[in-house]
Amino acid sequence: MVGSIAAIGAGLAAIGAGIGIGQIGKGAVEGIARQPEAANDIRANMIVAAALVEAVALFAVVVAFLGNNPQ
Amino acid sequence: MVAKRLKSLLVAVFSLGMLFLSNASFGQEPTHGGEENHQTTGAHSEEEKFDITKTILEHISDDHSWHLWGHTSIPLPVILYSDKGIEFFSSSNLMDEHHAPQAYQGNYLYKSVEGKIKVVNEQGVIDEAATAKVWDFSITKNVASLLLTVVLLLIIFLSVAKAYKHNGVKTAPKGFQSFMEPIILFVRDEVAKPNIGHNYARYMPFLLTIFFLIWINNILGLVPFFPGGANVSGNIAFTMTLALITFLIVNVSGNKNYWQHIFWMPGMPVGMKIFLAPIELLGVFIKPMSLMIRLFANITAGHILVLTLICLIFVFKSIYASALSVPFTLFIGLIELLVAFLQAYIFTMLSAMYIGMAIEEHHHHGDTDPHWNEGETA
Repeated sequence: MVGSIAAIGAGLAAIGAGIGIGQIGKGAVEGIARQPEAANDIRANMIVAAALVEAVALFAVVVAFLGNNPQ
Repeated sequence: MVAKRLKSLLVAVFSLGMLFLSNASFGQEPTHGGEENHQTTGAHSEEEKFDITKTILEHISDDHSWHLWGHTSIPLPVILYSDKGIEFFSSSNLMDEHHAPQAYQGNYLYKSVEGKIKVVNEQGVIDEAATAKVWDFSITKNVASLLLTVVLLLIIFLSVAKAYKHNGVKTAPKGFQSFMEPIILFVRDEVAKPNIGHNYARYMPFLLTIFFLIWINNILGLVPFFPGGANVSGNIAFTMTLALITFLIVNVSGNKNYWQHIFWMPGMPVGMKIFLAPIELLGVFIKPMSLMIRLFANITAGHILVLTLICLIFVFKSIYASALSVPFTLFIGLIELLVAFLQAYIFTMLSAMYIGMAIEEHHHHGDTDPHWNEGETA
């Protein structure tokens, strides 16, 4: 039971990160479409922002992992 | 033309399949032989029920021996300090000839339980009170790997530094120098200068050190066989030490403005100042903690992902699962190569950003606008 709740937590974190990275990708693609010459700068910032969002999801995975210890 | 290409592709796929088939049959032989040799209940039940969580945790955690292949591993020195003094013995004493944990009589009776050394009594029951008094300073797998990276970094950077000393900085870089120079310039121009400002040179040695230390440890962690394979940057003690160093540097070099922005935020009504002070004070500690968890979680998650995909073969008990899991592992491995660089970059960049926020000089002459853009970037 504890394990399944931890899995739900990890899944919720994945939803949040999915929305976040989706927004970043959308913003980056729109930015590049409007201003193709800035593509390199936008891409670098996109990767950094995506890594920051991903890290939050991984915090949740770690918490889910720590919570997942059925006795 | 298309048919010819398809044919060669088919040949390639089938020969790869044959490779997996033959490998698997070779790989299975020693396990069966080993099972006949020692019919221990532990090995038997493991054969019947494959515990994926236990296997993965075993692979990402620290250990007292460095696994090479099959039943071969390098025993590493164990250094223990207890009230009876320092003792020093090889970790091979903690294993019997079948690599099962075995008790060793030192100052106390020691036994390795899940990679950690515990004091046990005659019946093999763990004595937690006595274990708490024993300090473990062993050269474990992670420590050995860290020492290896130190040697590697020294070789790389001393040779490059010598080349600069010899040729001067005005001539074009040669050989390995040409590989390192763009990366060092990247850290200086993309990380240090924009985030720290004109005073960046003071912090360059620190930033370069953490960048290359994290990067080389991440990459060595991705190498599945001997010189790599230790999960150093996915160890929370390692990332905590790095984050602690960043925390100390940020707070020691923090100027008057930095502390004022924490305890008495300028340009705010008094009520808001009192409200913000505890939040900002918490932020001082949360920033390095987020650095610590980010690196730890990213690298550990990558290792778990790769191991899970490989474990699929053993979960389905079929070599045909490798047709799915091996390409996926390759794909994740390539992403992890990017993540290895990215996490080193992000750790360095955020450290630089925190340092930049701490040493920033403010030139506001009685402005009342709130500094909304200086908020948390955790």
